[in-house]
Amino acid sequence: MTAELGHFALILALFMSILQSTVPLVGAQRRHCSWIALAQPTAILQFLLVALAFGCLVHVYLISDFSVVNVVSNSHTDKPLIYKISGVWGNHEGSLLLWVLILSMFGAAVAVFGGNLPPTLKARVLAVQAMVAVGFYLFMLFTSNPFERIFPPPLNGQGLNPLLQDPGLAFHPPMLYLGYVGFSMAFSFAIAALIEGRVDAAWARWVRPWTLAAWCFLTAGIALGSWWAYYELGWGGWWFWDPVENASFMPWLAGTALLHSATVAEKRDTLKGWTVLLAIITFSLSLLGTFLVRSGVLTSVHAFATDPTRGVFILVLLIIVIGGSLALYAWRGPQLTSTGLFQPVSREGALLFNNLVMTTAAAAVLLGTLYPLLLDALGGGKVSVGAPFFNAVFIPLMIPMIVAMAIGPFLHWKRSDVTPALLRLRLAFGAALLTGLLAFIAHQDGPVLGAIALALGVWLALGAVTELASRIRLFQIPLGDALRRVTRLPRASWGMTLGHLGLAVSIIGMAGAGAWTVESIQVMKPGDRVMISGYEFTFDGAKDSTGPNYSVVAGNFTVRRNGEHVTNLAAEKRIYAVSKQPTTEAAIHTTLAGDLYAVIGDPEGANGAYVTRLYFNPLVVWMWIGTLIMVFGGAISLTDRRHRVGAPKRSRADAAVQGA
Amino acid sequence: MKRKHKRLTFVMIGLLLLGSSAALILTAFEDNIVFFYSPTELVDKKPDPAQRLRIGGLVMAGSVEKLAGAVVAFTITDTAKTVTVQYKGILPDLFREGQGVVAEGHLKGGVFQADEVLAKHDENYMPPEVAEALKQSGQWKPKETTQ
Repeated sequence: MTAELGHFALILALFMSILQSTVPLVGAQRRHCSWIALAQPTAILQFLLVALAFGCLVHVYLISDFSVVNVVSNSHTDKPLIYKISGVWGNHEGSLLLWVLILSMFGAAVAVFGGNLPPTLKARVLAVQAMVAVGFYLFMLFTSNPFERIFPPPLNGQGLNPLLQDPGLAFHPPMLYLGYVGFSMAFSFAIAALIEGRVDAAWARWVRPWTLAAWCFLTAGIALGSWWAYYELGWGGWWFWDPVENASFMPWLAGTALLHSATVAEKRDTLKGWTVLLAIITFSLSLLGTFLVRSGVLTSVHAFATDPTRGVFILVLLIIVIGGSLALYAWRGPQLTSTGLFQPVSREGALLFNNLVMTTAAAAVLLGTLYPLLLDALGGGKVSVGAPFFNAVFIPLMIPMIVAMAIGPFLHWKRSDVTPALLRLRLAFGAALLTGLLAFIAHQDGPVLGAIALALGVWLALGAVTELASRIRLFQIPLGDALRRVTRLPRASWGMTLGHLGLAVSIIGMAGAGAWTVESIQVMKPGDRVMISGYEFTFDGAKDSTGPNYSVVAGNFTVRRNGEHVTNLAAEKRIYAVSKQPTTEAAIHTTLAGDLYAVIGDPEGANGAYVTRLYFNPLVVWMWIGTLIMVFGGAISLTDRRHRVGAPKRSRADAAVQGA
Repeated sequence: MKRKHKRLTFVMIGLLLLGSSAALILTAFEDNIVFFYSPTELVDKKPDPAQRLRIGGLVMAGSVEKLAGAVVAFTITDTAKTVTVQYKGILPDLFREGQGVVAEGHLKGGVFQADEVLAKHDENYMPPEVAEALKQSGQWKPKETTQ
């Protein structure tokens, strides 16, 4: 019964969203108050219905109801509870349900908390939000129904892909989706603004917190994914420029640009048309990401669907959403006039530079990701575009941006001068130069880029700290007064400082792990020793044991440095009982200086020898510490009073509607 | 600066960025694109050892062989022609005999020296390139892609 209830709730949600996407829109155009007012209850009801549907799906997973196809193909009775739950979204149909759940949740949030939004804007935002939802409901109900039954029900399920049975990955998709779908808010606001024909500071102030929240989730989701790849896939890598990674990275780049241009739109009443366009682009890239991952056009562990009708459906949906919104932009965009003047050397100039680089980078990643598809479609043969291409394009683009990123916050709005900013940054410059030189001398055989990246990381980190120090006038006024100023800094400016600092810390981690990783592959008998970066790994042999739904071979290593014991590592190879599929569990010992990383492969001969793969990954942990700082900075900024009390009352036309 | 000049400055900066990134992309494309070959194409075309390639096909049953120094050798086939692949390291978890696989590396003296081996998804999944290569050699069995 539960499955039918869920299915029924989903159909009702479709009708609710059709109502929500049409009536308030017409009402806002014709100024019918009661029609406008319908947006709020329909948005909340739609959310409750999808939540019910989602609850039903979780329930059939929890009780392992094997008369539901989805449960059969993705679950198994002896799977641990957490993976029964994460199995709900570990597949195509369930992940779509999660997608619309989050979409309607954001809609309901606007309905409930958007009390101080002008009613017509709110109605239009909710209507646009519902239009996207209609597309997804239709897609689910016609091609990917999660509640489909099977008869006769099998005795047990096929289990979840063992690679996905991991705590890091259990929460990776929800995080990523909160980010992807969060950008739908910026999109809905952008479309609503185009329909209204007006973008003002209040609009930008409303869009910023939603974009920021989405950005935080997306950042966390990407970091979680890369961390998972690092410890689960056993290659010691953390970013592969895999199409699916790119799919989540493109909205991040565009979203970061949007975050910065929305600031300009709010503070300076300019770049408005561009901000609206960026909002459309960001969400379009999120949709494209969903399409690339779900349609199965790309080779990847993430590609669930191989059914071509689904691909065609998503493609049509994509064309309607992206094409329609861009057409609307072309038609209404020119009406969005800006009043602010623009000087190249100014805060807004620096933010625009960020925007140009970020969008160029996103375009380059898009091109590299889609090029193999395009070439294949045009009959140009099979090619693959991998990490070397992306590194060759992406890194040179980022270098000038990071140099400018430390300077930008020192510039004033409207009109500024670079010289005083550079003078303040002389210490940061010296330190960065010194670090770069030392790193270059210490690793002369390694890539020069590592030293450059390390220097850039130090430059940006010290730049962020210097900016904070000059903001509180540290060493210029008595220390007590300066510290008092720290507590009075606006939280949004803390967000900026922490965001930049976090990126700097991440860059330091990437520089270390990208440039100076030491790797060694060999056959080791018990008792064999291998030296890596001053660490001595001794192989102590392998042992068998069993886990909850898998059996394990664990290879034990003792690590010593200068004769002193550092740690014991147990690298595992697991075989899952249901799918008979092996997975590699790397053993990792994390320190701030670098990670010791060990993996075992197949046995080699009869004397207990195994193929082993050992790594020293310098500074790698800083990459994730940096993303944590970035997300934390975003969260702090979200609590800024300016975002909450923000949207001031508007005058003119809206007042007339409110009165009518 | 006049408003017009300012706008010109931004347009110039924008064009400069666009131009340099286009140049970056073009040079990167030239050096870093990897072409995909089926074993038949590899045998027929005999590409230059310096060229980096991707090959794909099925791992021939019984062909996986352990050599000294953690090197593994196996044979990839599209059922028409075969190629021997050598790889140093630990094969991915999903690597199995009779399954589809993609390898990246260089062809040296008739042996494909791979530095990356990809075997993805579950046992029913076939990398699209491999499916294509099998189709071309007329050995495509559609049953293998059903989920």
